[in-house]
Amino acid sequence: MFIDWINKRKDSPDKKNVFKEIPDGLWIKCPQCNQIIYSKDWKENFKVCIKCGYHSPLSAYERIEILTDENSFKETDENLLSYDILGFHDTKPYSQRLLEAQRETGLKEAVITGIATIDGIPVNMIVMDFKFIGGSMGSVVGEKVTRAIERSINDNIPLISVIASGGARMQEGLISLFQMAKTSAAIGKLDRARIPYICILTHPSTAGVLASFGSLGDIIIAEPGALIGFAGPRVIEQTIKQKLPEGFQTAEFVLEHGMIDMVVERKKLKPTISLLLKLLWRKK
Amino acid sequence: MKKELTPWERILLARHPQRPTFLDYLPELFDDFIELHGDRYFGDDPAIITGFGFFGEERVAIIGQEKGKTVQDKIKRNFGMPHPEGYRKALRIMKLAEKFDIPIFSFIDTPGAYPGIGAEERGQAMAIALNLKEMSLLRVPIIVVILSEGGSGGALGIGIGDYILILENAYYSVISPEGCASILFRDSNKAPEAASALKITAEDLLKLGLVDEIISEPEGGAHMDIIKTAENIRNALKKVYLILKNKPVDILLKERYEKLRNYGKFVEEVKK
Repeated sequence: MFIDWINKRKDSPDKKNVFKEIPDGLWIKCPQCNQIIYSKDWKENFKVCIKCGYHSPLSAYERIEILTDENSFKETDENLLSYDILGFHDTKPYSQRLLEAQRETGLKEAVITGIATIDGIPVNMIVMDFKFIGGSMGSVVGEKVTRAIERSINDNIPLISVIASGGARMQEGLISLFQMAKTSAAIGKLDRARIPYICILTHPSTAGVLASFGSLGDIIIAEPGALIGFAGPRVIEQTIKQKLPEGFQTAEFVLEHGMIDMVVERKKLKPTISLLLKLLWRKK
Repeated sequence: MKKELTPWERILLARHPQRPTFLDYLPELFDDFIELHGDRYFGDDPAIITGFGFFGEERVAIIGQEKGKTVQDKIKRNFGMPHPEGYRKALRIMKLAEKFDIPIFSFIDTPGAYPGIGAEERGQAMAIALNLKEMSLLRVPIIVVILSEGGSGGALGIGIGDYILILENAYYSVISPEGCASILFRDSNKAPEAASALKITAEDLLKLGLVDEIISEPEGGAHMDIIKTAENIRNALKKVYLILKNKPVDILLKERYEKLRNYGKFVEEVKK
């Protein structure tokens, strides 16, 4: 919902040419500290700056690649498509917005779901992609997420979600708000079935997605520097009419306030999840 | 014949300065209401009133968002914009209701959950998410009434139920029309257009299957006759309550899940 202010961040995943690739593609300039990085090193470090630790946004498929065992991912429900339920037209029709997002990202929707293994442990994956209409949750995101949760319950395997979202998708009106209820109710069933659910909050994890399945994990992990909050910083500033403190709503801030379990740098995510699953999970 | 109102006109009615609030209806609908305070973690949020009372002969748990009447009262109640404590207090009372087998009536009237520093520090998103999850599992009937403003996650945080009623001139939206206008239409003056596009009136929501029933208001709006409006709410509640109270709990929960499960419209391509 707060796509506008997210776009204003200098490290916004939506902003074009964030990585200022130098023409031959051999070198990359970190958008935070301007360090010139050899592109092979950049990729090997999972697109995290070796100098300042800046975590660059990743696409859903890049996420899957770094979190799951090689070639273990099998996508599910890739055949679900959004359509313009309300005949919604702002500066452009919703149907056109969907087509453009599909063309720009090569994705059909803002979430990819599927089954994979992590160090041999079968898991269900829910992976959001911010580039698709700000990772917003409409009917298709809600349905794919819910199906993934239900699959975890039916197959008795743990669930992992990677959040990157501006919130509910306004273009689907109240239907998108109700996806919060739908996904949370499904998590309720998973909870009662005593199957582990781990949330990974990446930049940005906000609004309706954070206020539903995005923060209902048994364990919540965040990437360094990720923006995590219910309301957008601009909305808060306008409401309270004062400047926000430095570092407000960052991963480190919510850790300090007791809202998440840990902040984990990208290359340690997979081993951390793997260890947590080994500690928490015994297949019944 | 009533003149057909535009969505924006209905929103103005829902926000009318004389529009009755939860506290106006409370004594009309319930007897012996006793208010209970505090979330047992941090504080007591006056934007959400909670307690128990009698609905006719029946015991009920009552949750209601309150904007306040006088300037002082409005400030105290933060204009009906709850903090995490409000959602946690509501959940505490709802869990008590479940423990003692008492049905829950939840009344919504909020511009939204409060966007402030303290609210973020104390986990506004987490508080709402937990309510969504827990309300879907509560083993007692839950009836929800949208009185005036159904402001996004702030409304949904006490809005999961077996039956959703909405007053004729109330609205319920994923975002305020003003917010939508400034973000999507890139012009905050386009709130009336956004209000139409978002399909947020009671009638639109009923057509979309997102609410179950509309409670009619007196001509001119609820503020023209509070007693009559309260009577309409009472009659609607009575009817639903009788149906829900006789439902075996397992069927109630199964139907609640299916109701939530079925929200959403999409196309499923046939796999090649």
